[in-house]
Amino acid sequence: MIEAPTRPLLEVTNLAKTYHLNKSLMQRLSRQPILDLKAVDRVSFSVGSGETLGLIGESGCGKSTLARTVLRLHEPTSGSIVFDGIDITKLPYRGMTALRRRMQIIFQDPYASLNPRKSVLDIVGLPMAIQGIARRADIRDRVVAMIESVGLKSAHLGRFPHQFSGGQRQRIGIARALILNPSFVVCDEPVSALDVSVQAQIIALLGSLKRELGLTYLFISHDIGVIGHVSDRIAVMYLGDIVEIGPTRELLRAPKHPYTKALLSAVPQIDAGPKRERVKLTGDVPSPLSPPKGCKFHTRCPFAFDRCRVETPVLRPQRAESSAACHLLEAS
Amino acid sequence: MHSTRSSATEMSEPLLSIRGLKTCFATRAGMVTAVDGVDLDVYPGECLGIVGESGSGKSVTFASVIGLVRSPGFIAGGSIAFEGVDLRTLSDEGWRSLRGRDIAMTMQDALTALNPALTVAEQIEEVILAHANDLPRGGRRDAARLRAVEMLRLVGIPAPEKRIDDYPHQFSGGMRQRIMIAIALSCRPKLLIADEPTTALDVTIQAQVLDLISDLRRELGMSVALITHDLGVVAEHTDRVAVMYAGQIVETGPTRELIDRPRHPYTKGLIGLIPRLSDLDAPIRPIDGQVPELIGLGGTCRFYDRCEFRTPRCRTDIPMEAVEPNHHARCIRVNEILRVEEVLQ
Repeated sequence: MIEAPTRPLLEVTNLAKTYHLNKSLMQRLSRQPILDLKAVDRVSFSVGSGETLGLIGESGCGKSTLARTVLRLHEPTSGSIVFDGIDITKLPYRGMTALRRRMQIIFQDPYASLNPRKSVLDIVGLPMAIQGIARRADIRDRVVAMIESVGLKSAHLGRFPHQFSGGQRQRIGIARALILNPSFVVCDEPVSALDVSVQAQIIALLGSLKRELGLTYLFISHDIGVIGHVSDRIAVMYLGDIVEIGPTRELLRAPKHPYTKALLSAVPQIDAGPKRERVKLTGDVPSPLSPPKGCKFHTRCPFAFDRCRVETPVLRPQRAESSAACHLLEAS
Repeated sequence: MHSTRSSATEMSEPLLSIRGLKTCFATRAGMVTAVDGVDLDVYPGECLGIVGESGSGKSVTFASVIGLVRSPGFIAGGSIAFEGVDLRTLSDEGWRSLRGRDIAMTMQDALTALNPALTVAEQIEEVILAHANDLPRGGRRDAARLRAVEMLRLVGIPAPEKRIDDYPHQFSGGMRQRIMIAIALSCRPKLLIADEPTTALDVTIQAQVLDLISDLRRELGMSVALITHDLGVVAEHTDRVAVMYAGQIVETGPTRELIDRPRHPYTKGLIGLIPRLSDLDAPIRPIDGQVPELIGLGGTCRFYDRCEFRTPRCRTDIPMEAVEPNHHARCIRVNEILRVEEVLQ
């Protein structure tokens, strides 16, 4: 278990999410083996109150599944999720609905995540209507205040998503997530679909909203530059596991796990001067349907040795509040 | 634009020379000028980066070069010379012999660019059979297949002689991008246009693909026009760079110099947007405002509304100004701003 520096708002222990594939009737009748896709494989971490935990990893590593399972948008297969002292792992629907006031999500795709037939007023006001916490007239006032604080104007209220640019749509998505005044927000690749200049505007907005409203973020991105700038701590995922977690500066300055090293050294930098030593990876990410035995990274790891092919490494504390899962770190 | 050359290509004539290119799209909302007066040279053996945000015209510029602008789009003016021949005067026949052989292009999205109903073998062999004129008579098909396998090996597909008969959906995203590069390079083009070759890929795979393009460029001695929105990619993989904004080139120069000493306010802004891993305390400074609509522009600097250095004098069409012999920027205040910065330092 990795302790967050402040009182944990969210504590996740051995959380797993497995999808069972190949379960069509024909396949069951023909007794084909059921394929288990372990999207998240017994992951533990915590997020401190007021903290931003960044989650990086390549596509298919399970970072979005993890984030959605934490909010119980997907049901966990095993493990536990404790939010602000309440075990929400098995919380019934009603209790979960009430708790959703405090746990929200901003989605990646500002096009697919907004209903094209609803106006801004309807979209941003919907969470309040669902929670039944405001009258119609109040909803309007609250929505106006909210969209103004994300940089839109009250004149935009009656407009529809297609009348906005990508950046403006993402502002609508942010307003919808924040209208219930949550304390914990999952940002699932909130800037990946945006141009760099718009991306910088949205990052700045998320930062100032966090300071004003005292938010806690679980921030997912595949862009290490973005993660480095928004996060207090960073967790690195590979094929459903967290392979390294630690304070941002420590993790970026002195990565421990070979995968983190490879990931960081692959990021093209605009600065001249001494390059990070490139840790080159060969090959593709293995299929999560049949992950390699032992350490899942050993098929691409330039430093793999015999033990890595048989024994799965566990996350162990390293120096400066970091943890990493690698046999090499034990040996040295 | 004055010709801007890197030292490595000091003596040579440009392979591709674009002058005054104007490409328009007739839309219901009006005439969209996606590319407006672009001058650009690509020299033999160099890698030129073209960087800009969505809608800046970087892809349309090179779609114009390779003759892929389709109605409602059309080339409204300018010239595109490849080895001295104006491509705009080419017949369909001329295009067919040029495209795929001398100029090849890879698309951003390999899954939609590859034909899902044909095997990889069929797609590579098609190009080789259409263009290669050194295949032995009688054994053309066998020779083409051998060469196709060789290309797949070159781009790093494991067990190419087996995988060549697979379909595109049986490959990962990185492998599909490699297959597209193999198709593009199968006739050893003189110019490879790589349109966002790694945008859809993860960062470790991106590094593999970009290294591959750089290695092949050196090995085959070809030129590469690398279209990207990522200044990090530009910094690590190109010799020169052209920055585009709202259909125009706003700055061009040797890559390192342009990134270390950007002159156009937009380039400066673009560089200030990049979150740097080397300096986490450096703030990300957003550029306020939005890219202008590409309808009815003209008579003003296109960056005017967002520029912190704007003056009433900027309300006119701005020409490119030389800041260094090889470094040009489309800003009338470029030398003024330069002097102010020198004083401040």
